[in-house]
Parts: sequence; structure tokens; C-alpha cells
Amino acid sequence: MDTKKILFTGVGGQGTLLASRLLGQAAMAAGMDVRVSEVHGMAQRGGVVESTVMLGGLKSPIISQGEADILVSFEPLETIRALNRCSKESVIVTNTTAIVPITVKLGQAEYPDVDYWLDFMRSNYRRVCALDADGLANEAGTKKAVNVVLLGVLMGLGELPVSSDMLKETIKRQVKPKFVDANLKAFELGLSRANC
Amino acid sequence: MHPLLSKDTGENRLLLGNEAIVRGAIEAGAAVAAAYPGTPSSEIANNLFFISLEGDWPIYFEFSTNEKVAMEVAASAAAAGVRSLTCMKHVGMNVAADVLMTLAYVGVKAGMVIVTADDPSMHSSQNEQDNRTYAKFANLPMLEPTSPQEAKEMTIEAFEISERLELPVILRTTTRTSHVRGPVELGPLPENVKTKSTFEKNPRRWVPVPAVARMRHKVLLEQMEKAVPMAEGSRFNQVSGNGKLGIVASGVSVCYVEDALMELEAGDDVRFLKLGFTFPYPVSLLKEFISEVDEILVVEELEPFLEDEIKVLCKDVGRDVPVYGKASGHFSRMYEFDPLMVKRAISDCLGRRLKEREQVDLSNIPVLPMRPPTLCQGCPHRETYNAVKEALRELGQEEKAIYPTDIGCYTLGLLPPIQMADYLLCMGSSVGSSSGFSVATDHKIVSFIGDSTFFHSGLSSLASAFHNEHKFCLVILDNSTTAMTGHQPNPGIEIRPPGYDRPRIPIEEAVKGLGIKNVHKVNPYKKKEAVSLFKEVLSKDELSVVIAQAPCILYYRKFGGKK
Repeated sequence: MDTKKILFTGVGGQGTLLASRLLGQAAMAAGMDVRVSEVHGMAQRGGVVESTVMLGGLKSPIISQGEADILVSFEPLETIRALNRCSKESVIVTNTTAIVPITVKLGQAEYPDVDYWLDFMRSNYRRVCALDADGLANEAGTKKAVNVVLLGVLMGLGELPVSSDMLKETIKRQVKPKFVDANLKAFELGLSRANC
Repeated sequence: MHPLLSKDTGENRLLLGNEAIVRGAIEAGAAVAAAYPGTPSSEIANNLFFISLEGDWPIYFEFSTNEKVAMEVAASAAAAGVRSLTCMKHVGMNVAADVLMTLAYVGVKAGMVIVTADDPSMHSSQNEQDNRTYAKFANLPMLEPTSPQEAKEMTIEAFEISERLELPVILRTTTRTSHVRGPVELGPLPENVKTKSTFEKNPRRWVPVPAVARMRHKVLLEQMEKAVPMAEGSRFNQVSGNGKLGIVASGVSVCYVEDALMELEAGDDVRFLKLGFTFPYPVSLLKEFISEVDEILVVEELEPFLEDEIKVLCKDVGRDVPVYGKASGHFSRMYEFDPLMVKRAISDCLGRRLKEREQVDLSNIPVLPMRPPTLCQGCPHRETYNAVKEALRELGQEEKAIYPTDIGCYTLGLLPPIQMADYLLCMGSSVGSSSGFSVATDHKIVSFIGDSTFFHSGLSSLASAFHNEHKFCLVILDNSTTAMTGHQPNPGIEIRPPGYDRPRIPIEEAVKGLGIKNVHKVNPYKKKEAVSLFKEVLSKDELSVVIAQAPCILYYRKFGGKK
């Protein structure tokens, strides 16, 4: 089996860890060896949160510069920040809804021009899927499902050796019962947008 | 029922390295555990805490006030004959080191495991000391897992080794082995757990006065002699491949080497010694390895712990094998490794050109805005800092004041716009360092310490400061929890997890009990009151303690309504 190095990045509170855990659970349920790495502690206090899912027998918990096969980013500034982890062959899934950092609010820094950098990505990387995951999560009935929308897009790309059904089963098992329907809807909405 | 108590023997669970250690301890029948929380070890203690609180499994757990106390609790339980565990972050081992060094002499009866979770790259720590050095320093056996499955197996094995040698065993993880998830196969839970035993008195063993200690040091050396063949024959130390380039690695570095060999398709071009039982050094295994290869690359984060020993053994064997690692410049003694770094070093040693992926030119990306970690919106610490700042401003002392700080969320007071953190060493250092500043400067000194840190190591320093007549204002930020590490209890907490009913020590009474009369309590959200109190206190040149009391907002949301 081919190996896959998937990098999740976002801002604390967006549910990146849950996304990587769900994918890891689904891969394990499919009988694969898998590693999921997580950031805990001080790094979580409103900062950048990164996690990885490593498939196909990889043992390393982290991804070096230029070595991510797939980048799943929950926030456009974080997508740009993580580009050094990608290569020309990388696939990028990115949310387009910005979370403006405090440093920008205080006028100490400038938020980059997202449209410009999305065009840059489209012309330099193998596949780029940019979408308003927050909007789709709202449409599904819960703001919190941004992570599951993005998982849906990721699965819809057909790049992973894990089936969408397996992931749906995992969502049903792992998500609190009252949020299952909204999350499944969010997942389907994500799946339908993986048309890049 | 806590998920780590699952009886689904043979099934896989996607567990964190830290969770796997807990499962291992449960499967091994550990019945006493004690800890002080600290990233990256915290999930071990958290899970043991809730398992013990829920009461479905016969294990005693306590959050002790610091790592030294925790190690003493575990040590005496094991001396009495009950299997025990303590866990801590790397710097916690410094606090417990006084126990550790002599515990090695007196040893244990039942198995005892000491987990140290190191933090190369300092993701959430003040230094990146390599605690493998402690195994050598105290002369105790050490295991280092590479995956969650191994973390569980090694925990169980560590109890066995400990019992056989009557010595505590160190299980050393790092951030990347503690915080990685992987499939872990659940083993059977024990039918019977020995929760009580009878302590057999033997002062000639358990009371290391000089005459006893002299004898026990000899015993320790003899026991560690017996540990050498155990390390040499351990299933956690494995050799593979028949190439002329030897590679030696332990811990997470093993993962990087294995991935590199897979990606470089170089498994047959090297001879790879994967070490899991790393101390005492598996001497004959290493000597044999040295005699089989032409050069050796040692892949280990931080200190040249294996590298230096291998160089010594090369001399013993009489083979002049080049050993690459830290001294050769292949790797740094700083920071954690990553897969590409290891892949490059291996291909360099093999004389191969590494086919790296084609990169996009990113030189036009501007400097991106940072997302520094901040105190939460509405955090009471912010209010306290602002009140102190305002009071000092009104007194015209804002520019001149020194702010010794301590370890917790409030260390983030370092960052703008607060910027009230001037000096920090370790847990509890705010109090002792304020004493030094008060002697060596004429600055106004306002220092900050959290409630949990105060109980950890602020109490005895405050007694010292009062007795020695130092002059500063100690602000105790009492948010009723150990917030930074995930809301663990401490003796002072008012708000409690359901079912947690251990007696409370109000900080105010503890401070007054030391003899300090200049003690004040304030709610930092009452801005005017807080500012005027700080103004009053700070206008005088004497030791004062202000307890700024308001619960952590996240903790309050979790347990606030459920006293």
C-alpha cells in the first residue's frame, strides 16, 4: 500500500484534533496501521494547532518540510503558513473563512490577501480545493462541524485508502448522538464539494 | 465505565502513548499511583485520576502537591509490596531527584514504574533536559517506547523487571511518543489486584543512615550487573539487516529511521539496532554490533547518551569504527528531530543522493501574522494583571517594578499588552527569586504564582521569605484549579469534580499559618476594589500576600454548578 502523510492545521478550538482522530479511527477500523499525532498543552491556548495522520505503515508522528501528501487546513492564513510543508505533488484542502489573529487586530501585522494566495496555490500545486467550510457547517445545522465538512472534502478527493462509508460509521460511533445527523449532513456537503 | 478499563481483550484501540501507559499499568495490576501534572505527561495522571474517582477499578490515585511527594507515595507503596506508578514531565524529575537518588539504594519490593515524559524542542517547557541522564545518574533500568503499543507492553514489562531486581524502573517518553495515537491491542485485565500488603520492617534496608547506605550502594551496583543481561536479551532490543553501515536509535528516532529505510529502500544496506531497553547499556549486544559493521550512525535526540557509550565500547572491542552523530555534526544536541533530517543523514552515510520532492518557490510569502498563545477572553488573570498595573501607574512605580513570575497559564502575562513577567526559573521560583531581588535591588517587586504552583513549591519559599524579612508583594492567582495542564485538583480548590471530596486547605489560612499577617483577598473582577487594595499594599515597603481569587472560566464552565 502507498503511504500517505496528511497534515491538519487550524486554530485552537476548530476541531482539528477530532478530525485527525476520526480519520485515524476509520483507518484502524479498516485494518490499517496508523499514527495520529496531536498537539497538547501550551500550544493549544488560542495558537496554531497541528496534527497529522500517517497511513500505510509509516511510523513517524510528524511531517517534515515539503513532505505532506495532503494538507487539510481549517483557516486560510494557516494554509499559507503550512505551504512549506507541501511539495508540487501535494493536494491542498482549505477553508476560506478567516480567523483574524490578535496581532492583526492590534495592527501589528497584516492579514495576507487570501484570493491572491489561493490563485498561487491553484497554479503551483497538484490539486487545490478551497471552500467556505464554515458556511457549509452552518448549512448542516452546526457551526462546530467545520472539521467534518473538511473531512468530507478530503474523502471525496478519492486520494485515501479509506472509504467514505467507513468514515461515516466512525462518525456515528464517535460523535455524541444528538450531533450525529448534523455531522453526517456536514460530511455529505463536504463530499459533494470535492470537485477540484 | 472508563474506556481504558475495557474488557475487549484482543481488540485494538486507537490510544495515545500516555493512555497506553495507563492501560499497561492497569493490566499489570498497579494499585497505587501518584503524580503532579505536567505536559507532556498529564494524560497519564488524568486518566488514572478519573479511573480512581469513578471507582470501577481497584486503584488508588492522588494528585500529590509535587513530584517529590508523588514519588515518595509510590515508593513506599512499592516498599510495602503494592505495585505503584508515578509520572511526571522531565523537569518534574528534578523536583523528585532527591527521592530518586536514594530510592535507587533502598529499592522496592513490588514493582514500581517512574514515567518521565521529556519535551525536546520545548513545546511547553522551560528547558529540554535529557532525562535518560537520570537513569545513569541514579543507576536504574530504563525503557524507551517508540509507539503506543510498545508503551503499553513496556509498562507491563517494567513492572516485571522492577520486581525481579527490586529496583524502580524508569519509562522514558518524549512529547512525540506520549502524544501520538496508534492501535493498541488490549490485553486481559488481572483477576486480582493486590491493593494492600504488610510492610516488613527492616531498618538495615529501608533506613539509609550512612552504614546502611554504604551497604545498599553495593547492592544497587550488584542488581544493575544483573540488569545487563536482561537488557541484552530484551525483546525490545532488536537487530535487522546485514549492511555495513550500522544505525543505532531509540525512542521516536526509531520511527524516523524505519520510515527513512522504507522510503530509501535501504533496509538491506544497513544493520539497524533498535534499542528499547537502553539502560543499563546492553553491552555485549553493542559490542557484537560494533564488530559487525564498518561505521555507525547514532540517531538519538538531545544528548549523546548512546553515542558516547558506543565510542567507549569501540575502544574496548579494539575496533576503530567511525561513529557519527552529535560530535560529527550529523545531528544537533538541540531540539527534536524530524523524518527528513534523519533521511538526509542516512543517505549521506550511504553515499546516496536523496530524491527530494520538488518544492514550490515560496520566497514571495510575506511575513505572516503570528498567533501567539493568549490568556482566554475573560480570564481572571488578565484582570489581576491590569489591576496591579493600574495601581503601580497611580503610584508612579510602573516602569521600575520587577515582576518575577511562575509556571502556569499566567506565564502568558509575558506577552503584550500585559508584559508583566521579568524572571522565571522553575515551579515556585517566583517566591525565592523575589527574595533575591529584594536584597539586591531597590525596585518594587510584585511576583505572581498560581494556586497549584503555590502548593507545589511556594509554601516553603514563602516561609523562608517571611523569616528572612524580604520585601515584596506576592500575588497568588487562585483560580481554583491547575489550569494549564487540564484542570487537575490541588489542595486549595473550592470548585471540585463530582465525587472529589478530599479536605480543602484555603490558601489564606495556609499563608496566615506561616505567621504572615499582611494577607489580603480580592476578587479581580471588582476592578476598583482590586486597584485600591494593590495601591494600599504596594505603597508600603514590606512583605505582603494578595490572593486574587476567581475561578478559571473554562473550569467553572466544566464543574462550576456541581459542587
